[in-house]
Amino acid sequence: MNIQHVNAKLFFDSPFEIGGPRVVGVFHDWVREQVFDEVLIDVADYRHVPNGPSLMIIGLEADYVVDDSDGRMGLLYNRKAGIDGSNVDRFKQAIDSAANAALLLKETLGDKAPMFSQTEFQWTVNDRAIAPNTPETFAAFTSDLVASATAILGHSEFTLKHHDDPRRLFSVTVSTIKSFDFAEIA
Amino acid sequence: MKTSNSLWRDRLSGKLPEPLGEEIDNFESEIELRKQGKIEDKIFAETRLRRGAYGQRYDNGTRYDGEQTREIPYPPGKNTKGPGTVWDAPGMVRIKIPYGGLNPEQLEVLAELAEEYSDDIVHVTTRQDVQLHFVHIDDTPALMRRLAAVNITTREACGNSVRNVTGCPYAGVCKDQAFDVTPYAHALTQFLLGHPDVQNFGRKFKPTFSGCGQHACGLTAMHDAGYLAVTREVDGKTERGFKFYVGGGLGAVPHQAKVFDEFLPVEEMLPMIQAVARVFAKHGEKKNRNRARLKFLIKTWGMEKFKEEVLAERKKLTPDPRWTEYLDSVDTFEEKPSRPGGALPAMNGNERYNRWAKGNLREQRQDGYVTATVALPLGDLTANQTRALGDIVGKYTTGTIRATVEQNFVIRWVSKSDAAALFAELDAAGLAEPGAGTIVDIVSCPGTDTCKLGISSSRGLAAELRKRLIEKGAQLDQAIEDLHVKVSGCFNSCGQHHVSDIGFYGVNRIVQGYQVPHFQVVLGGEWENNGGSYGLPIVAIASKRIPDALDRISEFSLRERLANERFSAFMGRVGKAKARAVLDDLTKDAPSHDDDASFYSDWGDPREYSTGDIGKGECAGEVVTAYEFAMTSAERMVFDAQVSLDDGESQKAGEDGYAAMLKAAKALVQIEYDDVSEDSDEVVEEFKERFYDTKKFFDPYAGGKFANYLFTGHENAGRRFDVEAARHLLEESHLFIEAVHACYNRMRTAGLNHGASK
Ligand code: SF4
Repeated sequence: MNIQHVNAKLFFDSPFEIGGPRVVGVFHDWVREQVFDEVLIDVADYRHVPNGPSLMIIGLEADYVVDDSDGRMGLLYNRKAGIDGSNVDRFKQAIDSAANAALLLKETLGDKAPMFSQTEFQWTVNDRAIAPNTPETFAAFTSDLVASATAILGHSEFTLKHHDDPRRLFSVTVSTIKSFDFAEIA
Repeated sequence: MKTSNSLWRDRLSGKLPEPLGEEIDNFESEIELRKQGKIEDKIFAETRLRRGAYGQRYDNGTRYDGEQTREIPYPPGKNTKGPGTVWDAPGMVRIKIPYGGLNPEQLEVLAELAEEYSDDIVHVTTRQDVQLHFVHIDDTPALMRRLAAVNITTREACGNSVRNVTGCPYAGVCKDQAFDVTPYAHALTQFLLGHPDVQNFGRKFKPTFSGCGQHACGLTAMHDAGYLAVTREVDGKTERGFKFYVGGGLGAVPHQAKVFDEFLPVEEMLPMIQAVARVFAKHGEKKNRNRARLKFLIKTWGMEKFKEEVLAERKKLTPDPRWTEYLDSVDTFEEKPSRPGGALPAMNGNERYNRWAKGNLREQRQDGYVTATVALPLGDLTANQTRALGDIVGKYTTGTIRATVEQNFVIRWVSKSDAAALFAELDAAGLAEPGAGTIVDIVSCPGTDTCKLGISSSRGLAAELRKRLIEKGAQLDQAIEDLHVKVSGCFNSCGQHHVSDIGFYGVNRIVQGYQVPHFQVVLGGEWENNGGSYGLPIVAIASKRIPDALDRISEFSLRERLANERFSAFMGRVGKAKARAVLDDLTKDAPSHDDDASFYSDWGDPREYSTGDIGKGECAGEVVTAYEFAMTSAERMVFDAQVSLDDGESQKAGEDGYAAMLKAAKALVQIEYDDVSEDSDEVVEEFKERFYDTKKFFDPYAGGKFANYLFTGHENAGRRFDVEAARHLLEESHLFIEAVHACYNRMRTAGLNHGASK
């Protein structure tokens, strides 16, 4: 099965205040400077909605989101355009892009930046037709997920947790005991 | 953009209710034709608008970034999806929700679509629609198919068409209603959707239904067509009808609707709107969109003449069984509870529940039940919340929920004994905001966030005001809490600021050589009585000072309003000058840019402010004539016929190719004779008489040759087509359509295309 529209979320480990103008300003700067290798269009502000996509950069190929869904804030990379290559390439691409944005956020905000979890991240496939959230889908993609996580982390000491609510998007959390370094995976 | 779009087409093929499925197939073909450059962008723009695919800010490919207007680096070389509208620029999809009525299954699909095609947010509008933003045009057919699978359409949600039919969210459960307007709103929706008499308007047309005169649920005073339920006694029998209003509307120049008929019997509801539509289509302004709403026609003619014309048109209508058929099914709309009624739990130590119950629960006319309002901040909820809401509605009711014009949801048929449990579940989903319908529950249009016409950030301001009012929370005086606040990003009034106690709309002012976002303060509009009177602008104040302005107005009202005096009455009594005086100093002494640069930006948007991003709106769309639309359809039909031929379906290809010629011929006939029917004999006869016999259709070189393709096709209708015959006919069909275009252009040049009706 050919997977597409892979999202990656890097969780924040520390509380992060998204209320003020600071992060909004950073996101507007990123759009102005077109800091990624993708077309960035605008900033959407949903900080008034609880447990949702608080603040987003809307892009053509992907969105970058400070996302508070399910009560866990993090930086989410939401891939909208299709990508050539293998499934492993696409899982890796999503993590690369999210890590790249995380590094930039840390660099821009300095000591005001959130702490990112170095032991956990999440993949989601934002397409129910391609990846219905079933045990079969998980089974079909497990080897790709393992290969991708191994390539990203540089070892295979991790666990995969499939979030199996069939109404939600197909989603897997990768947890490791050894911490990883964003600079290396970006 | 989604790689799965074709999977949805295959998966839902043959499973969608008609005509929704066929219309989406047609739209997909039109997208393909536009990509091939075979449909003009102006026509494609109106086509997509009528399918609910709307433009968004920055879709012209540029954006002011706080320093300068820069190009957004979209991939070059693609078509546009409307004049000056970049193909890849994301757009909005407006989803019609007639009278706001939804069920859990539909909420589930909306949640999925928000996640997969949009930005994870479901947005409820002030006309009970749902909007999804940042959607790629290539994804719209898949999105529409998934909606159609749960019986939702985006058709005619935008453009110069009949928009969503709105109605009381309390219809059927309200203590004050004359009767339940739901079945009538449903019948009007079905009757007008795609009706040939509503395809040639110069602008949009908005109908609404209200169950009573005193509340604001339907806002009949501000709609093109407003139906207010009334009854009368005749020979001891109760008859149902409507006090029928026409010609209302907000926008830049608000007009109160006028009474067309004090009692329009329900049997006359559909024929009369058909007659109104025909008069509007025939006589409404087409060229100047600023004067093209029905209100201007009524203003120009006066109500007496308008009524005369409509009644004359009514007499001419050919009877349609649908006018009254729906009356047999009125009773089937009656909703039932899923759980036995009960009593409300006593207020307890749970202060949050108490506040929520006080503002958000409302007694139903049926003993033992309440409605519960889910107050949405700025009309937004996440996909997860939408799913959770569906679950809650499914658990406590038979799936009865409606969107409201105040951008909220109302859950109906909640047993009083379930109120506390319902609160707890809503609360867990982040959906238990208290203060529904109070000053905290601010209504806002999209403004500069996504609207191309936005001048100031209405949502930014509304979010800021809301935050401050929530902080004040319980300290707010009841007289202040009861006020309504509504915000629009510009004078077009999509936030309905005219019918609010306190309204704001975005304007721009130059201060110390810089552009500064401002809002006009509009005071004294009336939300009650179906939006019974409109407020007036008092003064423009810088955006960053509006929270202070709101405080001042609130304090002024608290000080000087009489007990039980409505805010609108208070404003009428004290006068504009006095109200303005309390705000006067907020218009002076702006900080210099060096001292406070934030004054020169808008709420929630730290970019230095500019109006450079304002674009051309699509609220009305381009005025595309019925001729242009019909010709687009004819071309699409030939295209589809070719696809059929490629798929080996020669019989279908031949029949569709002939149908395309008929469509084109009818388009031409309609320029002279509006009422031509779909009957092929009549179309061909009228075409022959008007265009062949008069030689108007004759090509300077080929004479009447191309018309003969139509005549031969018509004579041989019903024949068998093998591959060769079908191919031959498709070639003729192409040539005939080209000849129709050429004929039309010759007539335009000669100024002949305004022929009289038969
Ligand atoms: S009021 Fe103006 S800014 Fe707001 S949605 Fe309407 S046109 Fe756009």
